[in-house]
Amino acid sequence: MRVSKSIEIMVGVFVLLGFIALFLLALNISNVSSFGANNGYTVNAYFDNIGGLRTRAPISMSGVKIGRVSQIAYNRQRGQAEVSMTIESQYLLSIDTQASIYTAGLLGEQYISLEPGAEDDVLKSGDMITLTQSAMVLEEIIGKFMVDLTSK
Amino acid sequence: MPNSLIKISDLTFSYRGRTIFSDLNLDIAEGKVSAIMGPSGTGKTTLLRLIGGQLIPNQGNVMVEGKSIPSLSNKQLYQSRRRMGMLFQSGALLTDLSVFENIAFPIREHYDFPESIIRDLVFMKLEIVGLRGAYKLMPSELSGGMSRRVALARAIVLDPVLMMYDEPFTGLDPITLGTIVSLIKELNQALGMTSILVSHDVKEVLSIADEVHILSNGIVAASGSPDELQNSDSDWVQQFLQGLPDGPVPFHYPATDYAQSLKEDIK
Amino acid sequence: MSMDWLQTIGQKTLRFFQRTGRAVIFLVHVLSGLKMLVQRPRLLIRELYSVGVLSLLIIIFSGLFVGMVLSLLGYVTLVDFGAEGSLGVLVSLSLVRELGPVLTALLFSGRAGSALTAEIGLMKATEQLASMEMMAVDPIKRIITPRLIAGILSLPILTAIFMAIGIYSGFLVGGVWLGVDEGSFWSQMQAKVDFQHDVVNGFIKSFIFGIVVTWIAVFEGYDAAPTSAGVSEATTRSVVHSALAILALDFVLTSIMFGI
Repeated sequence: MRVSKSIEIMVGVFVLLGFIALFLLALNISNVSSFGANNGYTVNAYFDNIGGLRTRAPISMSGVKIGRVSQIAYNRQRGQAEVSMTIESQYLLSIDTQASIYTAGLLGEQYISLEPGAEDDVLKSGDMITLTQSAMVLEEIIGKFMVDLTSK
Repeated sequence: MPNSLIKISDLTFSYRGRTIFSDLNLDIAEGKVSAIMGPSGTGKTTLLRLIGGQLIPNQGNVMVEGKSIPSLSNKQLYQSRRRMGMLFQSGALLTDLSVFENIAFPIREHYDFPESIIRDLVFMKLEIVGLRGAYKLMPSELSGGMSRRVALARAIVLDPVLMMYDEPFTGLDPITLGTIVSLIKELNQALGMTSILVSHDVKEVLSIADEVHILSNGIVAASGSPDELQNSDSDWVQQFLQGLPDGPVPFHYPATDYAQSLKEDIK
Repeated sequence: MSMDWLQTIGQKTLRFFQRTGRAVIFLVHVLSGLKMLVQRPRLLIRELYSVGVLSLLIIIFSGLFVGMVLSLLGYVTLVDFGAEGSLGVLVSLSLVRELGPVLTALLFSGRAGSALTAEIGLMKATEQLASMEMMAVDPIKRIITPRLIAGILSLPILTAIFMAIGIYSGFLVGGVWLGVDEGSFWSQMQAKVDFQHDVVNGFIKSFIFGIVVTWIAVFEGYDAAPTSAGVSEATTRSVVHSALAILALDFVLTSIMFGI
């Protein structure tokens, strides 16, 4: 059976449109950066409580996004949460960098904020950030507040 | 008596609980025009489908060219069907293809012929049915008679050994009717194929058939040449051939007494 | 009286199982035609045209309006919390995870699925399928297989187009007309929409919907009673069953992919 040329062209255009849409979805709309994020280095930190922190949460320094949380695990020996962070390689962190878990806005997602230290030595891949501040858990704060209130 | 191309033996077939054939025996002679007649609903078309392997009998056997159709594998069945042609009542042309492509369809599906050979084959068959000039038309542009002729050209394009016609005369004007009648006769003689004709148009059938089988109540009620049947002393055959409204086949569908039913309330 | 009632239920259940069984056997038969389709890819191109290309227009316009409505509604809700910067996230996540696959599949079943059912049903009613059988051509392999494969291939393509158009028209309303900051619209979207987790899962959904919708459409057509009433019933059934199947499957798939 014959298939006319114009039908072939239209089908070609149709498939091409599909690929363009997929291309846009991949590059413009979502992040495929997880494929290309390997050119960073990993540092770890222990937190008493990470609250609602998830993997892939952003890591920022003075508000600039410099990396992502790559892994979260519970370390039984220390009784703390171990968070691995992938930092883009162009950002260097001094060894006395402090890591805190904050919430973006009142109800937003949680992220790690790094505050730069004063030392000249910088962290290398696999190093540990020792100065950490846990997430604030709303219930704990309210609990403390109530205790303060009743003890008075 | 010449060899029989089709041998149907002890055929029993029922569809949706209704028995259509019970212990039917029928031989179709090779190279002749055999007509299968009978009142509506006696399963004439069903018989063609059983021969073509589109339906499987409950019991009994259908032998075509020495092969038992119901026991063939799918592949063998399709092989056998290449040697059969069937003209459907509606024509059954593929509506999205032109006349030319409809006739070329079986060739294209089965053989990898170059375009020039396909063209020659298609135009040869179109010439036989007198529609070579209409090759470009779409099926929706054809009249009923024309589409039946196109369907006929398509059915014979692979030169079948066995040609089956399902009600080829219904719904045609007298001129087209004459054309189809003479085409069936000519094709049978020119191509030497066996033709089975399913119809209840008594006059046309008697004019071209070599042999006539009349079906009734699931069996062959009468067989013979047109002359033999016309001289038959069976009331039933006479009623059928002459088209009498009442006779052994009652005019009324079985019902309760009419006078009685008028008195009853309709539920 | 109650026996009658029980009997009816029993009969309906049996008939349901019988139909399901027939549909599965039918699918196996259809898939056995893949070999022929590989040898004759032209058969597929023709069907891609009638199933895919002809559905393009309705998909483009629906995507356009769905994206615009989503953006407008999202803006009205988010602006109360001062979170209109997240508009891009809301629009894109809704489209990529849910509305893209589901709405495209629903529209597709209405546009292409019903046409497939009616076409095949009519081919059956006019004895075209039976005449093919008598020409020693398997109508399932010759007619149904290319249509099924074309449907399965077309739906994800249409879904991608729907998603992309929806997001850009959402930006048109949110970013251009309502004045949401362009930077935060796109950057938050890019930060929150993950290609593998969101886009790929959306496409898996759409692929599964494509199989189910087209399967239902071609089966209903092939199984239709060969009368005009039978074909019209089958067409209605095809659209209704497809819609139910899409929505039910969507719940299952969403809970597997995005639940917890």
